[in-house]
Amino acid sequence: MPALMRRGAVATAAALVTALAAACAPGGSSDKPADKAPAAVSTDVAGAGNVTLTVWDQEVQGGMKEQIETLNKRFEAKYPNVKINRVSRSFSDLQKTLRLALSGGNPPDVVEANQGYAAMAQFVKAGMLLPLDSYDQVYGWKKRFPKGLMDLNSVTDDGKLIGSGKLYGVSLNGEIVGLYYNKEKLAKLGIQPPKTWAEFEQALATAKNKGEVPVAFGNVEKLPAMQLYGLLQDGLTDKESVRKLVFGSGGSWSDGPNVQAAQRLSDWAKKGYLTKNANSIKWDDTPVNFAKGDGVFMFGGTWWAPDLNDRMKEKVGFMLPPASQAGAPVATMGGESLPWSITAKTKHPDVAAAYINFITSPEAMDVAVETGSLPVLPAPSKQPSAPLMKEVLTAWTELSKNDGTTPYIDYATPTFTDAFGGPLQELVAGKKSAEAVMKAAQDDYTAFQKKK
Amino acid sequence: MTTVARHKTARKRSEPADTRAAGRPGGRYGGRPPGEPRAIGWLYVLPALLVYGGFLLWPLIRGAQFSLYDWDGLGTAEWAGLSNYTSTWTDPALRGAFGHLLVLIVFYSVFPCCIAFVLVGAMSRTKIRGLVFFRTVLFLPQVIAMVAVAVAWRWVYSEDGPINTVLGWLHSAGLPDWRHGWLGDFTFALPAVGLVGTWVGIGLALVLFLAGVQKIPRELYEAARIDGAGAVREFLTVTLPALRRELAVALTLTTIMAIRNFDLIYMATEGGPGDATKVPAYEVYNRTFNTGEVGLGCAIGVTLAVLAFAVTAGIGRLVEGKDA
Repeated sequence: MPALMRRGAVATAAALVTALAAACAPGGSSDKPADKAPAAVSTDVAGAGNVTLTVWDQEVQGGMKEQIETLNKRFEAKYPNVKINRVSRSFSDLQKTLRLALSGGNPPDVVEANQGYAAMAQFVKAGMLLPLDSYDQVYGWKKRFPKGLMDLNSVTDDGKLIGSGKLYGVSLNGEIVGLYYNKEKLAKLGIQPPKTWAEFEQALATAKNKGEVPVAFGNVEKLPAMQLYGLLQDGLTDKESVRKLVFGSGGSWSDGPNVQAAQRLSDWAKKGYLTKNANSIKWDDTPVNFAKGDGVFMFGGTWWAPDLNDRMKEKVGFMLPPASQAGAPVATMGGESLPWSITAKTKHPDVAAAYINFITSPEAMDVAVETGSLPVLPAPSKQPSAPLMKEVLTAWTELSKNDGTTPYIDYATPTFTDAFGGPLQELVAGKKSAEAVMKAAQDDYTAFQKKK
Repeated sequence: MTTVARHKTARKRSEPADTRAAGRPGGRYGGRPPGEPRAIGWLYVLPALLVYGGFLLWPLIRGAQFSLYDWDGLGTAEWAGLSNYTSTWTDPALRGAFGHLLVLIVFYSVFPCCIAFVLVGAMSRTKIRGLVFFRTVLFLPQVIAMVAVAVAWRWVYSEDGPINTVLGWLHSAGLPDWRHGWLGDFTFALPAVGLVGTWVGIGLALVLFLAGVQKIPRELYEAARIDGAGAVREFLTVTLPALRRELAVALTLTTIMAIRNFDLIYMATEGGPGDATKVPAYEVYNRTFNTGEVGLGCAIGVTLAVLAFAVTAGIGRLVEGKDA
């Protein structure tokens, strides 16, 4: 019966067209969630009834996992009416799923949303996070945290400027990218831990001549080269220009010192100071190789410290990157771990805010130290016992004193990891000049500034 | 198009059914010629149709719709017309990705078929002991999940993996140092990934061809040999023409495997180093989930789907000489 078939086909087509017309443009409206009046904020968690708080975090590694589990247990013990439904994913998995979760109808209550234009700024622009300013008036976070750290978690309503506007998250741990060194190897080579970049380059040359791998480096993911570049940049220019550049309020990636930084990276690669074939080695394997002895130095974040401490014990040391001149203050990338934010659609904003306050309280800083993490604020009563963790804390304290943190470079644009990280891989492989790489970065940056 | 195809098969089937239906009680067919499918047939296929529609057709249509918008996946979308499709060709990274796809199709599709032909040619001339064993071993890569394949090969290609170890021995025996960080090398990463595809594809092509060879009458080979044909001649006049259909199937399956090659790239190289191993299927994911260009991601996806249809139809025509 061809007629019936044809009719069926027509009906199906008609149904599809109707459905398509009904399904309007993708994406919802971008209404901003209203900031609650401070008077309407309730800190009475016990009186909130039975609440299940869904929390998405990225703390899957040993110490940090233990830290969050302990804090969650204590919060549940303090308020038996609250149950915490914890969902944890690795950093990159969380980045990928968070977008979908936030744009859905039933997002988690509390999430760890990364700083920067690729994540938090976009979420704020789309109205998916709750501004925390009125909660801040009640809990006084801004009084507890240095302004620089609060600024990292603040964005304007339109998502165009990080560092001003409303507060959208509070962080728990501190983190910086610094220099790990193998104490045993340094002693064997007769080198002191380098204080300036000039000393450091000398040390690299010595290590190379003696047949050691000067810097352990793995760069499959493109981000590692961006971090290394950032450290070199911090050594060649001042922290204010880096901050302005990354957050889009002035400067250019093709400015003199920024090209010089790329040139230095290129020179290191040419002289064989970096692990051979670095572009084929995974980031996570870098500390493993370093611990095995393949590398005298390694640039890396404090998030590797607990693991390296287990593997190398007293053989490993940590310090801030070298200074431009002896005694000059040092700047390096870092600041604080991913901020904990409240989603706009949560039904329990008050409980969520109380939770965030609890896990960033002085008591929580003690828990951080106990579990081997670096707390963002000084812990009131605990001190780290492992020597490496002591060095990490010393570096962090010194940097906080000088206000020396600069933002991670991948905050700059949502596409920067590909647009700048990709060319940096070519630089490391000796296929692109420093000028060409920085031009590629600037092109992507300009395009994003225009679109923003 | 689907309606037409179904209609055709329905007609064909109706002829022998006529004679069978003649003996049955009349009136059952109403005004409908006997043998034509009844309306209730739609009810039978409804469950499958719902799943197909809900999980395939609907996403396809929505994807096509998204591809016309400029959308970051979060906020309000802006109408973009066909600009996403233009950037598919103007963005050098994406143009490169389609170029890499062409290279990979050679590795995924052409190489396995050629190698499988050689193997089959050899097997059709001699009796091989333990054929079942070899067939199983060669087919094994098809059975393993692509993610596991990628992890295994990442190790094979790694800095201190077996390939570099062997090359290291050769180096110490006086040859030049050929060791590389294969998957992180701008020159070798793409061929390295391609060879994994070849390795996976050979088994499939071989099993298809072996099945085809078994149905070729022995007499044809005997006749060819009596006429004095050598191995090559025999292969060209007897084996190859008889395997045309199998070749079409093998080419189609392996080409589609190359076009939707995401898992291997994702696990082995993440498109790197630089953009050296980026392929469109990976970019669909990358643009949608990493860089927040959902519209562009969908446009690449739609382009890929069209490409897959075109290539499949093309292979059918080319190899079988008619509409597949």
